[in-house]
Amino acid sequence: MLEITGLAVNYGYVRALTGVDITVRKGEIISLIGGNGAGKTTTLMAVSGLVEKQQGQVRFKGADITRMAPDRIVQMGLAHVPEGRKIFPSLTVYENLIAGTVGNPKLDKQQIQALLEESYALFPRLRERLAQGGGSLSGGEQQMLAIARGLMMDPDLIMLDEPSLGLAPIVVEEIFELILKIRELGKTVLLIEQNASMALSIADRGYVLELGRVTMEGPGRELLNDPCVKHAYLGD
Amino acid sequence: MKQAVYGLAGPVKKYGPLVLLGIFLLLPLLITKTYILGLLCRVLMYATLAGSLNVINGYSGQMCIGHAGFFCIGSYVEAILATRFGISFWLLLPLAGAVAALMGLMVALPTLKMRGVYLAIITLGFSEIIRLIALNWTEVTGGAMGIKNIPVPQLGGLEFSNARTYYYIFLGVAALFLFVTRRVVRSRIGRAWMSIREDQLAARSLGVNTPAYKAVNFMYGAFWAGIVGAAYAPYARFIDSTIYSLDEGFNILSMVIVGGSGTLMGPLAGSVVINALTELLRPIGQWRMVAYGVLIIVMMWFRPQGLIGASDSVLAGRDIKAKKQKAKEDAK
Repeated sequence: MLEITGLAVNYGYVRALTGVDITVRKGEIISLIGGNGAGKTTTLMAVSGLVEKQQGQVRFKGADITRMAPDRIVQMGLAHVPEGRKIFPSLTVYENLIAGTVGNPKLDKQQIQALLEESYALFPRLRERLAQGGGSLSGGEQQMLAIARGLMMDPDLIMLDEPSLGLAPIVVEEIFELILKIRELGKTVLLIEQNASMALSIADRGYVLELGRVTMEGPGRELLNDPCVKHAYLGD
Repeated sequence: MKQAVYGLAGPVKKYGPLVLLGIFLLLPLLITKTYILGLLCRVLMYATLAGSLNVINGYSGQMCIGHAGFFCIGSYVEAILATRFGISFWLLLPLAGAVAALMGLMVALPTLKMRGVYLAIITLGFSEIIRLIALNWTEVTGGAMGIKNIPVPQLGGLEFSNARTYYYIFLGVAALFLFVTRRVVRSRIGRAWMSIREDQLAARSLGVNTPAYKAVNFMYGAFWAGIVGAAYAPYARFIDSTIYSLDEGFNILSMVIVGGSGTLMGPLAGSVVINALTELLRPIGQWRMVAYGVLIIVMMWFRPQGLIGASDSVLAGRDIKAKKQKAKEDAK
């Protein structure tokens, strides 16, 4: 579904990615782990067209999206939930959810209603807070809203950037359960996480990113038991 | 008591605009003093002008303080084409809007990557450039002598030659602006503008083509400012560049701030308050500018969201309560 080959990104004179290769197949949950500054967020930003790519190619559903504008990429069915939630604080929960449909003009009223129902089923707490300002939600609820807003684009692949960041452990578990439910809806998930153990435990496959390049890859469980991964990311 | 007030939210929202329009339609029949009618004309004119600025500043979060420039363009397009070629006011109204919108696009395109104070300064510069062109391009604009004897609009046998009749032109423009803008801000375009205002990166990640939507936003605001400018020229019958100074730009901006940016009715409230204050404070002469300054500071301090704005205002409070009620019913 998504093939990233030889992806390189510079920020000025600093090279953030130096040839990243990642493959995501339909229906998979892929986890991308790595330390601070490894290039995880940059990888997602480059895929969704939010930062310029210097080298490499990105193909999505067979089409070359390397030089495509972000709005066209969203229309192709690739959603990106950015780091730090980035919900719209002064809009209500409902307005935040509807904002998720702006980038997909193909959606009609009935489809939008169906997507709303799907979100309510997945995130019942959001339904209770529809008229509440996005900024007044708790951290966990804001994260749920950010994911729900991403799903409102009706994507085939959703990329989640650090969904557990700054959340209480019990909420983190809830978020990871939700990610599994999102896959059950037929979506493919590319997940970036610093919480490596949780991320790899739900992943079909995982990639380890270090200093802008992929250093390890394999099934999630295998990586979870890898001594290097354990040492570097799991505190063993 | 609160419950009773909240219960009114639905009918107020549904019939409020119609009742308000009815009141405004009847006002000239009840008011005999031309002075008051002239003041009402100003209120309606500035309500639309401030409203058009609010679309840019309040809905998409861009910072324009040179709105007087678009107002100026609209006025001069109408005045020049009406006095030299005798073109009908009714044709010039949308034409002036279109020319202002085109200028809006020209300002927007090179500034699409700018935000906040940088964009504000560019719009300020643009406004001054337009005013200086109006002042110095004597062959076309009349220079310092301005353009006089601008023909008044006519419709059938009716001549809009005084405040009592012209009032309806300003009312028509204001009502049309509110009607169209209400629909626009609730459409996909309006949601895109608001998501840009809230967070540009998030908006882009949601697939919002931010440069295109920002340009359209600027054009839309400029279009209505141009229309108001065109409506103003035959009302004043004489225009020159001094009307469209930076002071005018700040005057329009102060109405948006006082009324409440990002709300449809805020600029109308701001226009009422600022125009009323202008008249009430007339006896203190130039000191009224100081009074304006104090008012803006007090508003920024105690009520930055304006008279009608944000979630804790009386009107918005009712609205949110009504939405919560609806959400509960939906959940059942």
